Amino acid sequence: MSIVMQGAPPAMRGHGRVSTARLRALGGRAGQVALALAFPAAILTGWHFATAGEAYSLVPPPAEVARAFWDLAFGGINDDAFSQTLLTHVLASVGRVLGGFGLAVLAALPLGLLIGRVPFVRQMLDPTLQLLRPIPVTAWLPLAMILFGIGPRSAFFLVFLGAFYPILVNTVFGVRAVEARLFEAASMLGCKGPAQFARVVLPASLPAIFTGLRLGLGFAWVVIVIGEMTGVQTGLGAIIMEARQLSRTEIVIAGMVAIGALGFISDRLVMLLGRRLLSWSPNHV
Amino acid sequence: MSEPTIPILEMRNVSKTFDFSGQRIQALSGASLTVRKGEFICLIGASGCGKSTLLRIAAGFEQPTSGEALMWGKPIDGPDPSRGMVFQDYGLFPWLTVRGNIGFGLAARGRPKAEIQDTVSRYVDMVGLGKFADAWPHQLSGGMKQRVAIARVLANDAEVVLMDEPFGALDAMTRDRLQDELLELWASTGLTVLFVTHSIEEAVFLSDRVVAMSPGPGRIDSELQLDLPRPRDVASPTFNAIRGDLNQRLHSHHARRAA
Ligand SMILES: Nc1ncnc2c1ncn2[C@@H]1O[C@H](COP(=O)(O)OP(=O)(O)O)[C@@H](O)[C@H]1O
Ligand SMILES: [Mg+2]
Repeated sequence: MSIVMQGAPPAMRGHGRVSTARLRALGGRAGQVALALAFPAAILTGWHFATAGEAYSLVPPPAEVARAFWDLAFGGINDDAFSQTLLTHVLASVGRVLGGFGLAVLAALPLGLLIGRVPFVRQMLDPTLQLLRPIPVTAWLPLAMILFGIGPRSAFFLVFLGAFYPILVNTVFGVRAVEARLFEAASMLGCKGPAQFARVVLPASLPAIFTGLRLGLGFAWVVIVIGEMTGVQTGLGAIIMEARQLSRTEIVIAGMVAIGALGFISDRLVMLLGRRLLSWSPNHV
Repeated sequence: MSEPTIPILEMRNVSKTFDFSGQRIQALSGASLTVRKGEFICLIGASGCGKSTLLRIAAGFEQPTSGEALMWGKPIDGPDPSRGMVFQDYGLFPWLTVRGNIGFGLAARGRPKAEIQDTVSRYVDMVGLGKFADAWPHQLSGGMKQRVAIARVLANDAEVVLMDEPFGALDAMTRDRLQDELLELWASTGLTVLFVTHSIEEAVFLSDRVVAMSPGPGRIDSELQLDLPRPRDVASPTFNAIRGDLNQRLHSHHARRAA
């Protein structure tokens, strides 16, 4: 899975450029926004007409999902166990995602720099890490539950694991791609040995590292839901699971929407940070 | 001050063999060269005759397989700020601005911030990049990039500047201008320059001494002391006579090799 992800960023970037150009041809910013909204609007309309007024529909109509979302966030409509609990669940999930992701950054970044740069470390650790990498994060769940108990700590661990590999793989790739010339330039200017990590290796591989951070954070949001689906009381994964058991499909979908929005927002934040830190790079948007 | 008797750079019978996928390639065979402080020396010769290898040994990037490379009489055992290198492909740090690149060595060596700023400003002005001081390398033309590369070695107190076909990737007009600027810097700072080129005209225009190299295996063939006054006129009869002489020397190896 990570191999596919690794190949994805450049392709995504190139594709983005082409489609933006086409959109621009379709008539400026307003045209872009209209076009971007047309597709979801069509889906919502189709969804509405397929479900509204149907007595035995398995899927609730969009308006009912919107109402459930409002109640989940602010209460005042259903006044049941789910009302006004969104913030609690969001904070629980965000906390686990940030914690697990942060820990993954702390572990994967230095490790990636070392594996990429120091042959001894690479020869010692790389084979093991490559052997463990194909194991899907979800396959770790039972073992995580045995090791960390049923509860939030397993979710935390899964998030860590899910974010770890994309960050590690991209960091190693970035470090290995640094031009040898830059190390020569640094050493003839008096920057040698370990000092090159901070002054050359890290900044030079920052574009690849950011790709890894974005992928890792995206993965963290995928994994958190799985981690929260068993034996956890709070978190968006937990309410989705609970709502499913109570056949409250509108809340299941509302929870999905919340996760999507949070994943989107966190990706934007990382992207904005990347844009500031990588303004030097000619091929970074 | 009296002239130091020890040469600033000395190559004594330097040979270099590379192991390249099981093959042994002799890049350099018994090259000897003495460079005195303040000299401007051009290394010239066909590609593959070991010019870059000789320069990289002087820089400390490579160790000789046999023979000795000395600076001020001491063996060169690695890269050092006293020997600055200017690469044909610039080798600028893309994540640092012009200022950042020029101050890189000073910052890496832990100099105080105020000193770095002063020195950087001085060299930014010296190479005429005031307007581009805060630009990223990818926003600069080739000529500007090479000015930054020169400034960052000078700002770092280089005594010897090693230049490997530094103007080879530039257009003719930019190259001419940079040659003039380099000579000005050299004359005003007392630098020692070891400059690799494959242009005879460039060598005759720039150097005090031209060192001709020949391939198969790479070695130093002959040296030619140039006592032409500066600035040199590339259209003058003397200039052309020297150019012709060098041309013949470089071509005679080809003839010898073919025979
Ligand atoms: N790192 C290396 N590994 C293997 N062969 C090399 C290496 N560097 C240079 N050579 C070989 O040594 C010879 C001299 O190269 P070089 O010094 O670059 O010549 P020049 O700069 O005069 O063109 C060439 O045959 C080249 O292929
Ligand atoms: Mg060369």
